Amino acid sequence: MKVLVAVKRVVDYKVQIRVKSDQSGVETQNVKMSVNPPDENAIEQAIKLKEQGVASETIAVSIGDDKSQDVLRTAMAMGIDRSILAKTDQLLEPLAVAKVLKSIVENEKPDLVLLGKQAIDDDANQTGQLLSALLNWPQGCFISKLKIENNLLSISREIDEGIENLELTIPAILTCDLRLNTPRFASLPNIMKAKKKPLDVIDIGELGIDTTPKIKTIKVIEPPTRKAGIMVSDVKELIQKLKYEAKVI
Amino acid sequence: MSVLVLAEHNDQAFLSSTFNVIEAASKINDDIHLLICGSKIENLANEGKNILALKKVITCDNEGLNNVIAEKISPIILSIAKNYTHILAPATTYGKNILPRVAALLDISQISDVIGIENPQTFIRPIYAGNAIAHVQSPQTLNLITIRPTAFERCETMGGEALIENIPYIETPSQTRFINREVTKSDRPDLSNAKIVISGGRGLENADNFKLIYELADKLKAAVGASRAAVDSGYIGNEHQVGQTGKMVAPDLYIAIGISGAIQHLAGMKDSKVIVAINKDVEAPIFKIADYGLSGDLFQVIPELMAELDLLNKIES
Repeated sequence: MKVLVAVKRVVDYKVQIRVKSDQSGVETQNVKMSVNPPDENAIEQAIKLKEQGVASETIAVSIGDDKSQDVLRTAMAMGIDRSILAKTDQLLEPLAVAKVLKSIVENEKPDLVLLGKQAIDDDANQTGQLLSALLNWPQGCFISKLKIENNLLSISREIDEGIENLELTIPAILTCDLRLNTPRFASLPNIMKAKKKPLDVIDIGELGIDTTPKIKTIKVIEPPTRKAGIMVSDVKELIQKLKYEAKVI
Repeated sequence: MSVLVLAEHNDQAFLSSTFNVIEAASKINDDIHLLICGSKIENLANEGKNILALKKVITCDNEGLNNVIAEKISPIILSIAKNYTHILAPATTYGKNILPRVAALLDISQISDVIGIENPQTFIRPIYAGNAIAHVQSPQTLNLITIRPTAFERCETMGGEALIENIPYIETPSQTRFINREVTKSDRPDLSNAKIVISGGRGLENADNFKLIYELADKLKAAVGASRAAVDSGYIGNEHQVGQTGKMVAPDLYIAIGISGAIQHLAGMKDSKVIVAINKDVEAPIFKIADYGLSGDLFQVIPELMAELDLLNKIES
């Protein structure tokens, strides 16, 4: 089974982001960037499948500018076999991302595509579902458990009411929740080795896909801030405040 | 210009998200239709008919729609999509699972997790876990939008007289097989629309101690929430997680106990009207957004809180 993993380079989850003063977006220059956290779970899952002898080859794909090579090197340092960067200086909408991934899938012919369930920058939660529909492959979204036997995928997906269990046949699309596994750290020797692993760069322009944005961002602003509250000295005071000041109990 | 709302339900009743999305739809246009997909949903159609804002209730009633499989529901939406300028679904795991499939097949860029509607073409949505707010404009002739339920009021559920229309089921071959759902039955209020939410974090230390949160919640008729750390540590099930990758809540009162306040958690609760933080670490970031902060050991504070609440109830009764 060939496994493809989609990886996005995003502002590190620990960074307190800043909105640009011209309201054109969020500052991403000179900010620590990392692999989108749930994409790390997708990478980990692909590597596990290879270790279990289920996956024959693992490939990471990222879409972005040259700097996105970083996250592909990280994926390979964790254990992914090889990578593809679909290069573009544009910011793509999830639909365009899914179209580019579809083109790569048609070329690489994986049996399973793993993605993070959501990118922590645009919080769109779409790409896996879009790709699944474009390919007409079954989708398992927000998965926290995966078992593969005889090419049958048994998944547990996290839904608002609890857990839903499904069975999917391959080829399939799975989007990963943070609880699927614990991503490993890349060791120094593996980081060195990853530098020699193959990383192909393809120009998005050569794929013949229209990636023009359909939605225009008018402005990006700071969220309303909550005004500072007070510290109460004990439980009695807290109850008094909630009862007579805030009137919520 | 008609707006279609995809109803979220559990076969017996609509989930509250459906009412919030209808309210959001009314900010776009007053010709609003509700699509209910399911099996044996006659009672839902009758309930839907009474919703004041609705002109039409469209049902697709078939055993094949018994369990919510995105691959089976999206073709139904697709079959009537051309009649609408906007299709709205809740930004819950239900809507998030289904609507992007429709978007892909119609070559439309979906707008996710909308919290405000400026006009039929301009929408407001949080990005970066709510640390920035984007205003986006879509010139698309059909807009597919998921709505954050907590950002909109509940629509009026009575007084309407919508028409009911049945549409045919479209048999879709699917490589997805439903096995089962593990749903914890609870008499407590639903986390998504409770007036009071009590959430516990890593500070509770183990699943057994988490019972303290339940006991306190019961005294306040509150729903129980949790931080990701608490869910990951196995103190409580995933359906209780509040935050960027969990549920969004906006109750009148949110009490965060033993939660330090990572930005990913704040993303899910900072729209609450009143926030109380109880934490032994005075430097915890949760205090920066709390209206009332109490620094102390939760294992002492919770029993004291319960005693005070009992006293208060006694005075009142």
